[in-house]
Amino acid sequence: MSTASTSAPAGQARAGSGPVLEVDDLRVQFRTDSGLVNAVNGVSYTVSAGETLAILGESGSGKSVSAQAIMGILDMPPAEITSGRIMFEGRDLLTVSPEEQRKVRGPGISMIFQDALSSLNPVYSVGYQIGEMFRAHRGMSRKDAKKQAVELMDRVRIPAAAQRVNDYPHQFSGGMRQRVMIAMAIALDPRILIADEPTTALDVTVQAQVMDLLKDLQRDTGMGLVLITHDLGVVNEVADNVAVMYAGRIVERGTVDDVFGNPAHPYTEGLMSSIPQVEAKGGRLQPIGGQPPNLANIPSGCPFHPRCPKRRTGADALPGRHCAEDVPPLRLVVPGREAACHYSEEVLGV
Amino acid sequence: MGRYVARRLLLTIPVLLGASFLIFAMVYALPGNPIRALAGDRPVSPAVVEVLTERFHLNDPLWVQYWEYLKNLFSGDLGTDFRGRPVIDTIERTLPVTIKLTAVAIVFEAIIGIIAGVLAGIRRNSFFDNLVLVSTTVIVSIPILVLAFIAQLALGLKLGWFPIAGTREGLYSYILPGLVLASGSLAYVARLTRTSIAENMRADYVRTARAKGLPNRTVIVRHTLRNSLIPVVTFIGADIGSLLGGAIVTETVFNLPGIGREVFDSVRSQEGAVVVGIVTLMVFFFIFFNLVVDVLYAVLDPRIRYD
Amino acid sequence: MTDQQQQLDLRKDEVEAGTTTGLASPSVDVTDSRQNSLWSDAWRSLKRNPLFWLGATFGIVFLLIAIAPQVFARGVDPRACDLANSKATPSADHWFGYDVQGCDYLANVVYGARNSLIIGIFAVLVVLLLGVVVGAIAGFYGGFTDGLLSRIADIFYALPLILGALVLLRVGPETSIPILNSRGPGAVALALALFGWMTAMRLVRSQVIAVKSSDYVAAARAMGASDIRILVRHILPNAVAPVLVYTTITIGVLIAAEATLTYLGVGLQRPAISWGLQIEAGQDSIRSAPHLVLFPSLILTMTVMAFVMMGDALRDALDPRQRS
Repeated sequence: MSTASTSAPAGQARAGSGPVLEVDDLRVQFRTDSGLVNAVNGVSYTVSAGETLAILGESGSGKSVSAQAIMGILDMPPAEITSGRIMFEGRDLLTVSPEEQRKVRGPGISMIFQDALSSLNPVYSVGYQIGEMFRAHRGMSRKDAKKQAVELMDRVRIPAAAQRVNDYPHQFSGGMRQRVMIAMAIALDPRILIADEPTTALDVTVQAQVMDLLKDLQRDTGMGLVLITHDLGVVNEVADNVAVMYAGRIVERGTVDDVFGNPAHPYTEGLMSSIPQVEAKGGRLQPIGGQPPNLANIPSGCPFHPRCPKRRTGADALPGRHCAEDVPPLRLVVPGREAACHYSEEVLGV
Repeated sequence: MGRYVARRLLLTIPVLLGASFLIFAMVYALPGNPIRALAGDRPVSPAVVEVLTERFHLNDPLWVQYWEYLKNLFSGDLGTDFRGRPVIDTIERTLPVTIKLTAVAIVFEAIIGIIAGVLAGIRRNSFFDNLVLVSTTVIVSIPILVLAFIAQLALGLKLGWFPIAGTREGLYSYILPGLVLASGSLAYVARLTRTSIAENMRADYVRTARAKGLPNRTVIVRHTLRNSLIPVVTFIGADIGSLLGGAIVTETVFNLPGIGREVFDSVRSQEGAVVVGIVTLMVFFFIFFNLVVDVLYAVLDPRIRYD
Repeated sequence: MTDQQQQLDLRKDEVEAGTTTGLASPSVDVTDSRQNSLWSDAWRSLKRNPLFWLGATFGIVFLLIAIAPQVFARGVDPRACDLANSKATPSADHWFGYDVQGCDYLANVVYGARNSLIIGIFAVLVVLLLGVVVGAIAGFYGGFTDGLLSRIADIFYALPLILGALVLLRVGPETSIPILNSRGPGAVALALALFGWMTAMRLVRSQVIAVKSSDYVAAARAMGASDIRILVRHILPNAVAPVLVYTTITIGVLIAAEATLTYLGVGLQRPAISWGLQIEAGQDSIRSAPHLVLFPSLILTMTVMAFVMMGDALRDALDPRQRS
């Protein structure tokens, strides 16, 4: 697995000084009745100020679990972080006390979730829930916190914020609810915002508005944005860099333009050809064959090999690069590009 | 909200009337000799028969009898028993005992039930959680009758901690019967709280609360307990209405002169007027507290709007 | 009536009935194709539940006692009494001691099981009959029919089970209504069922409403199936799981209610042998001979517990949400 990942991918030039968040060889397991589930298996990445890193993958690829591990909100047990470091502002969040970790959540790193309706508490007004950030972290009075909440609601462009501050989540539309979540998350000017499928539950037009809002906020505050999604379109539009996850591992990483322009991993390639593209006239939609991996029983060698059209096994394989036996490390294949495939060069066509 | 309450109130009227008519019909109108039924085993002179027939409109159809009863009811006259004592006096004498008993039971039910349920729900599958599960199963399986005797034997006679009958020692006399009366609901409250907490702990908004960096206490008290206790509080509210009418066995075994024992004695001695009067009151309590709970729900959970 | 109210009422029904299960939680919504896996999953989960085996063991022992009490009485006639033995305490030969009349108490307690079983089963059958028929009609036809039947259920529901049965059993013998005027097990069972059918009705009604609007019922209707056929073939099978759980627990509850009514003097009458009568007779000597209250109480409790445990285990097994 990749441990030599501090070599941050391209796009960092835009971001300024070094990474704010550095995840290194993170591994998470779940103990369940049906055995040990390896959800995250050695994930490493960095996020700099102002950077947007997209983490792309299907459900069960470990993208949400790794985000929750960073936030320190995994239910442990059944989850267990078996190794890794999460460096934030020079401290490893996995070694600091729970209380220190809690103080990072909100002012340091914050998170928004896919389903804003279920993620907001139904029995408190949105103003109360936004204001809680100021009360818990800044010791503000209830009245002052509410004032701040109104300002934030204005900032995320909720119309008539002053009147709606006392409304309850169910009284808002889906897009407005997600704005409330965003207001809550940016309340304390976090340095990193993790957005876990922020627009998946929304209508297409509303999706665009919410993404625009996130981009605008990022431009204003310079926060780093980790965008977890399975939507290639969203990645293409807003992200600087992308990390593609499969079976709890990062299988490819680079700038969005590079990765989308010319994938270095057969899985990424499969994802690209599985979406209909306007430009690809006459092109056929190609689904990726086979089943997503079972995390309780990950295939040996390259976890993608059972579904990989370019796999080499038996006599075809080069020594030490047997797709069904040897685990491919995440390695630099061309400058600014990393991929975990024995035959990336062929995939790239270089 | 006001309109909803008004509509609900209107809807309860047929239920209240229906239930009181049902009991009225059972007491006065089942085939047989109503005068004999009314007088029980006492010998009845023809003159008395005549007076009773006149008084209870026994020669009229049942609905006329009931209509007469209702007219009196609304003018505050619940009739008299065989000795000529107004039923309303009997209720005034016995109701405070039942109210005290219910109050003690509700306090036990709420405090012990909620605490046990919260502790079990927060640490699911812990030793305490299993203890709560097993003990609640046992408690709900013990008939109140049996529980009352066990309590009398163990805590009253053997240990001598509590009086086993009567109300001579004031509120202290109510502790043992209150505990017995509360037992079933207490076990239910514990289980309901446990399930509700365990469900809420997995809720997305609790995850959000933790992601917001709220202190653990705030996450548990404001975002888990507050939501989990909505069904519990409403259950307890409705249970007041049930307990006020469900204390026949407890009051009889512990010899408490409340409306439960009074109604039992009256059924046995066939004091029809007392039975109908007290049962109507019990039904009223039951329906009233159900209505209160309905309103309470809307107060506690803003998602519920009755329009 | 709002959903919340409905839920709450169901919950209260259970407590009112003396049982406290999670029946009020949203019912298992099963379609035809999933029925089989539901039952086989349920059986697999039941097999692993010690509570179920404990309850089943109690239940079978109770059943055997009710069927062949003479075996468990060790051949002693419960009515062969000798006043000289009055209130004698338990001994090696007479495990439960003697009652006030000097009758062997083990024999008496053991012979009490049969009446309890007969009443429990007969009453629950009537409850099911009333509950399923009224509930299915109310849920299926909806509208005015539903409103009327539900209000009638509300009316019965407002009267506590014991209180309603108490009044009915007190006036019963003076009426000319068959069974009810018999002072026998039939009368007690009937009275209990008349004031205890509402929860079953509400369960069936809510199941029917839930399934009525499903696609496969619409499909069956489109194929021209009759109302009765849709009800019997497509809707009612979905209600089987929750009703089964309810029935199991309710047998226990009704057995406890019978003992209570008999204790209160309106249920079974001497010379019938019944746990309620034994508890009633024993309470006068609770200080001098506590075993007279203790033994019938213990056996009564274990019987009720058997049904509650089996019902609890069944509910856990049949509710997929409970599985982790």
